[in-house]
Amino acid sequence: MSSDINIKITDRLGVTHTIEAPTDMALNLMEVVRMYELAPEGTIGVCGGMAMCASCQCYVQSTHELPEKSDDEEAMLSEAFHVKSNSRLGCQIQMIPEMEGLEVELAPEA
Amino acid sequence: MIKTDILIIGAGPTGLFTVFEAGLLKLKCHLIDALPKPGGQCSEIYPKKPIYDIPAYPEILAGDLTKKLLEQSKQFEPGFTLGERAETIEKQGNGSFIVTTNKGTKHQAPVVAIAGGLGSFEPRKPVLKNISNFEDKGVAYMIKDPEVYRNKRVVIAGGGDSALDWSIFLSDVASEVTLIHRRNEFRGALDSVEKVQDLKNKGKINLITPAEVTALFGHNKLESIEVTKTGGIPQRIDTDAFIPLFGLSPKLGPIANWGLEIEKNAIKVNNALDYQTNIPGIFAIGDVNTYPGKLKLILCGFHEATLMCQAAYKIINPGKRLVLKYTTVSGVDGFDGSRKEAPKSVVKSID
Ligand SMILES: Cc1cc2nc3c(=O)[nH]c(=O)nc-3n(C[C@H](O)[C@H](O)[C@H](O)COP(=O)(O)OP(=O)(O)OC[C@H]3O[C@@H](n4cnc5c(N)ncnc54)[C@H](O)[C@@H]3O)c2cc1C
Ligand code: FES
Repeated sequence: MSSDINIKITDRLGVTHTIEAPTDMALNLMEVVRMYELAPEGTIGVCGGMAMCASCQCYVQSTHELPEKSDDEEAMLSEAFHVKSNSRLGCQIQMIPEMEGLEVELAPEA
Repeated sequence: MIKTDILIIGAGPTGLFTVFEAGLLKLKCHLIDALPKPGGQCSEIYPKKPIYDIPAYPEILAGDLTKKLLEQSKQFEPGFTLGERAETIEKQGNGSFIVTTNKGTKHQAPVVAIAGGLGSFEPRKPVLKNISNFEDKGVAYMIKDPEVYRNKRVVIAGGGDSALDWSIFLSDVASEVTLIHRRNEFRGALDSVEKVQDLKNKGKINLITPAEVTALFGHNKLESIEVTKTGGIPQRIDTDAFIPLFGLSPKLGPIANWGLEIEKNAIKVNNALDYQTNIPGIFAIGDVNTYPGKLKLILCGFHEATLMCQAAYKIINPGKRLVLKYTTVSGVDGFDGSRKEAPKSVVKSID
């Protein structure tokens, strides 16, 4: 479908999945991971996507220009564990056409 | 030994509503929860946020939903074992179960209802090498009874609502409160942030930011901590207690080893009938169960709890028949002797 974008997600076991994510369903990256069941239920998206749990933390490996972190995301990442300079919260990354080719790795479960 | 009719594991919305439905059938309930307070996800993750899909409530705060559920079931006098995690289950010769918590509290019931949600809320512990040596000896990850900190020196770490709210509360109880956070910015309700600012200005809270606790010291119990400001040199602070509040994350935990059929981190149940698990007498309701078409929503948990109670009744009262009674028609008789009933209409002639 034309409204789909291709993204690469490396799961917590190190397996890389290339998947198609719809851009017309107001999905975020955390929801895409759940939709394709790339992480066990209950280990991702615990706060439902409110930037309040960091269970959706991922490392962004491609050079996409991502929207700036909101204060909430900034605050949550400052309290999370295993944080690196390329850490982002998946629930704060919307699936829009500009994300075509995005590559991310899921951070370990904390 | 605590004895009851239905032992509920998990005091989230599903577990709390079970108390009411069971009460209508004259069954008593006792709840166990790892959290120090009832409400499950609604009180731990989003108490101050609104929910829009509770039938008949166009909008209700998650914290208020918890309050209302407690109020609704109050007359059925539920028992609570809070701040303890259900650890083991043993089936007895008479068909009942004994559930023991991590603190050793034993509970016995003919029916066990697991309403464990996403799992038992476990604290996220900071990475400090000897922290486990001081657990319950100065280090605590949640506050069950603030009185234990009366006139003590307390160090709190964290930057969210609970770190702010407890710092405020303890500033009146403890002799000294130090709040440490990795950043200068805190995230919480505006009035909490302002209150902490005010208490800091008055010298009632000692604020250290941006900084991290980097070591713990003590012999048989915690005696002091080391705090390091970003780019600064470590500094020692004498203290009686260290309370890191970095949030809690749910873990299915010991229930996964109870011999129940698990799929996708949830317990498989018979949804055609009564939400019983593969072990007769053990039910799973709410977010913790799975079946074809399952949705993790509060209203679905309420429905599952209601049907489960009917099945529990049959186990506890074998051979007895049950007819559906409307609360409007038959009223609600509490175990505390209270009675709620619809006002009678008057029969009176009009001249
Ligand atoms: C941010 C957010 C927004 C949401 N919004 C909505 C919404 O708008 N509408 C809606 O319907 N739903 C919503 N939900 C989902 C809703 O909160 C859940 O469906 C609901 O809380 C499930 O209730 P529960 O009682 O089944 O489980 P929970 O609320 O998860 O409670 C389970 C309890 O069991 C305890 N427990 C588990 N195992 C053990 C053990 N071994 N020992 C002791 N205690 C144990 C846990 O500590 C926990 O307190 C939302 C969830 C989140 C996170
Ligand atoms: S899902 Fe909780 S922070 Fe993203």
